[in-house]
Amino acid sequence: MTLSEPEATQFPARLPGEPFPPRQYADFRERPGLIRSTLPTGGPVWLVSRYEDVRTVLTDRRISSNPAREGFPNVARTGGVPTQDQIPGWFVGIDPPEHDRFRKALIPEFTVRRIRQWRPLIQETVDRCVDHLLSLGDSADLVAEFALPVPSLVISTMLGVPFVDREFFESRTKTLVSLKTTTEDERGVAVQELLRYIGRLIKVKQKRAGDDLISRLLESAVLSPEELTGVIMLLLIAGHETTANNIALGVVTLLSNPQWIGDDRAVDELLRYHSVADLVALRVAVEDMEIGGQVVRAGEGIIPLIAGANHDLNSFDRPDEFDPGRAARHHVAFGYGVHQCLGQNLVRAEMEIVYRTLFRRVPTLAVDADVTALPFKYDGTLFGLHELPVRW
Amino acid sequence: MRIHVDRSRCVGAGQCALTAPALFDQGEEDGLVEVLDAEPDDTQAAAAAMAARVCPSGTITVSR
Repeated sequence: MTLSEPEATQFPARLPGEPFPPRQYADFRERPGLIRSTLPTGGPVWLVSRYEDVRTVLTDRRISSNPAREGFPNVARTGGVPTQDQIPGWFVGIDPPEHDRFRKALIPEFTVRRIRQWRPLIQETVDRCVDHLLSLGDSADLVAEFALPVPSLVISTMLGVPFVDREFFESRTKTLVSLKTTTEDERGVAVQELLRYIGRLIKVKQKRAGDDLISRLLESAVLSPEELTGVIMLLLIAGHETTANNIALGVVTLLSNPQWIGDDRAVDELLRYHSVADLVALRVAVEDMEIGGQVVRAGEGIIPLIAGANHDLNSFDRPDEFDPGRAARHHVAFGYGVHQCLGQNLVRAEMEIVYRTLFRRVPTLAVDADVTALPFKYDGTLFGLHELPVRW
Repeated sequence: MRIHVDRSRCVGAGQCALTAPALFDQGEEDGLVEVLDAEPDDTQAAAAAMAARVCPSGTITVSR
């Protein structure tokens, strides 16, 4: 397959010492049409970098998110984490109308009101994680000891994972995202163990329902137990590393901008500013069409660059500045269109509670390294930190 | 000003309820959009416009 424009631009890479997002994005937005590039995994792709074009791509029904389609752009090998062709119910890769059955079954669990009801439990979990952090002495890796456990423990509470199993749950989910310290085989094993565990948990809930998400989804009977297993796995994976990256990067940014500590408006601005899921919304054209003045043919892969859109001068003033005072709710950090992050209100609640609690209980918290030399994730599909040494 | 929603398009992201809680809520049972005030006064114009803008599925339209 070839794309309809001849010249390819090198696939954007984050370089150590360079600010995020990649500097090329500003140049991409200035160029007419879309950017033709070559995927790290080989194969051609269109990169979309302007805010309005990104929103168009994410809402046009002639564009699919089904990875089984010819031309779908795989940015990276999955690293042992399974994809939807391997797990039924992985509905981020299912197009409407079939997608809507999954989404509609889950919506009531993630409404603004429902998440507000979870806040006391999120607070309790975050407090326990701060207790753990403080028990380690006066320094620690904030990613491993705090940012990764928080979302895993919160979702396991919501799912109804028994307390005694939460350590197992947390350790396996951590294995999945620790790309630097685990092998693909180890991650594959962790996936299988989690799938088996979720399958068993569903059986337990079938016999004895509780006040939890799995029990309610079983009761509604919209999804089969097999689909439910995949859906639960998706909730786990989609909400884990993404949230952890936001938590850790947010701590660094807030410590550099302490005047915004304690202001909840910082959360949406952190989401926009870091755009950790820059390369996550992958799409393929189903029909010939025009996007941003560019002809795109059926079967051509498209990547709407989330960080590109969120740093577009035409949609955000001084986009590269961190300014929670701006009205930035229209950012696309959670994507856009029918696949927009289902868990976004949960993430907002977690981030609000994390920052309020962490900076109140650990007021001397400081980054224990040169910020520019931190191990940022320059290599993954998600932006974040492999480690964050802190002291207090 | 009049607010119209097409519930068949709603994906329950909750952006409207978060952005303009005086105008929108989510249904208790299905989590889909519910309009609290379909003809608000002009003081709500900015909130209504922002809710329509942040809605990920084009569910909300505001007319004058």
